[in-house]
Amino acid sequence: MRITKDTVKYVADLARIELAEKEIDHFTGQLDRILEYVHKLKKLDTSNLEPTSHVLDMKNVYREDEVKASLPVSDVVKNTASKQDNLFKVKKIIEA
Amino acid sequence: MELNTLTAHELIKLLAKGDISPIDICNNIIEAIEKKDKGLNAIVRFDKKKALQRCRSLKEQDESKALWGIPIFIKDNICVRDEATTCSSRILEGFRPPYNATAVNRLVKEGAVLMGKTNMDEFAFGSSTETSCYGTSRNPWDLDRIPGGSSGGSAVCVAADEAVFALGSDTGGSIRQPASLCGVVGLKPTYGRVSRYGLIAFASSLDQIGPITKDVEDAALLLGVISGHDDMDSTSLDMPVPDYKTVIAQDLKGLKIGIPKEYFIEGIDPEVKKAVLDAIHRIEGMGAICEDVSLPHTEFAVGVYYLLATAEASSNLARFDGIQYGPRSSQAKGVIDTYRKTRKSGFGDEAKRRIILGTFALSSGYYDAYYSMALKVRTLIKKDFEACFRKYDAIITPTSPTPAFRIGERTEDPLTMYLSDIFTISANLAGIPGISVPCGFTKSNLPIGLQILGRPFEEVTILKIAYNYEQDTQWHRKKPDAIS
Repeated sequence: MRITKDTVKYVADLARIELAEKEIDHFTGQLDRILEYVHKLKKLDTSNLEPTSHVLDMKNVYREDEVKASLPVSDVVKNTASKQDNLFKVKKIIEA
Repeated sequence: MELNTLTAHELIKLLAKGDISPIDICNNIIEAIEKKDKGLNAIVRFDKKKALQRCRSLKEQDESKALWGIPIFIKDNICVRDEATTCSSRILEGFRPPYNATAVNRLVKEGAVLMGKTNMDEFAFGSSTETSCYGTSRNPWDLDRIPGGSSGGSAVCVAADEAVFALGSDTGGSIRQPASLCGVVGLKPTYGRVSRYGLIAFASSLDQIGPITKDVEDAALLLGVISGHDDMDSTSLDMPVPDYKTVIAQDLKGLKIGIPKEYFIEGIDPEVKKAVLDAIHRIEGMGAICEDVSLPHTEFAVGVYYLLATAEASSNLARFDGIQYGPRSSQAKGVIDTYRKTRKSGFGDEAKRRIILGTFALSSGYYDAYYSMALKVRTLIKKDFEACFRKYDAIITPTSPTPAFRIGERTEDPLTMYLSDIFTISANLAGIPGISVPCGFTKSNLPIGLQILGRPFEEVTILKIAYNYEQDTQWHRKKPDAIS
């Protein structure tokens, strides 16, 4: 597996980041080297191994279904660049 | 008296005797910052009026609280209510969290005085503090060198006596490595020991908040305050918090310590190797039994880490899109374009690189070959430690393969930068606690750190080894003179 410019462009699009042409060139070479290094993991036989996504020996954590205090909505929206009536305001998503 | 040079436990004694007041300590800290921080760039936000105001509002009836009147600095990825918290990133410029991190609440409850925020690699992505949007912090032992990272600012302000102690966060070594490179003590608690609520997430299965201090006793003191279950973080375990401070002085007789051969490999700086081996002899002399062991999958840790940590980061950083907080691009055409342009201008190089690598590892067609495979190799790394800890109480290694490197030396080569964390990453993957304590200096007077790893939730053991060693050697008393 080699990283190409097209892979970087495709993944950047998935990640919703616009990249300059220069950045695409730069990242392509760097990510290719990093993945080449990571390929050493393929030496190992992992066929019978369970994945560890989490180190703690716990499953679901439940609590009583009680109403608890939460932050006032006005506090939650206070950091946005654009709001209206305690709502986040964004550009139109669906064209009329 | 220069109170800023003292430890918290020393200051607590002076406060109790009535010899000094919290304002005296605060004034000494202010003087130190005004004198030194232009050169060090450790602190990104500090308001002296507010700090003094907080000292004045302390109540005398609270004097018996664990940290009453003791000033503390907080890494800039830990939320403090209504105070800008930016992760050293432009994308969070001006963000003022509407709540405190639980660790911060616990500090305040015990009477600590919040002073300000410390510099870090952007979103904790780095081992040198060079990816910060505020520019790099400088190592107080040699201003041309990096302090380590990502909690570089916290390590520098403690090492340079601009602070008594500080909080950092550790995802792959971000507390221990800068502590090692700056000659101070840094502790990464067991995953689940300290609540992550209010710590802006980098990699949720690896992140922990922990102390950076001038000595081991302060690390024990601070750990005791911030530890414990929190309803706001379901991964914080409901387990008793020992009184760390009172047990660390117990002796080391009969303790069994493993020395993994994979940590003394080619590429390790000879001066680092010698200092660590000398430290091991010394610890043996105190009654511990040290034996060679093997952690056979060590060489795969960096590869596993940079797939898992970036995958988790790419998911966690999806929330930074200009909608709820931070600056929003004004040139965008639609809502998707708003995300793309905001993230283009808001994130630095390393953040973009890691988001792209992580998104790649999680993307359709590559998920099994990369992300899923890394999770399985993580199992092997965890099992290595479990096997070792069945026979041994602790493991000793160097914290970093080299002393502090020069500013700019590794910025063009991300892989070399990633390898700086080679000895610290495994502890995060396995979820175990680790501490770095000073264990000597190179000929050019750069600090070297000793890493002690322990079983899950047995911080007591590693603190005990670190404390006994520290008291025997006194390396921690040496102060940097590059800036004074």
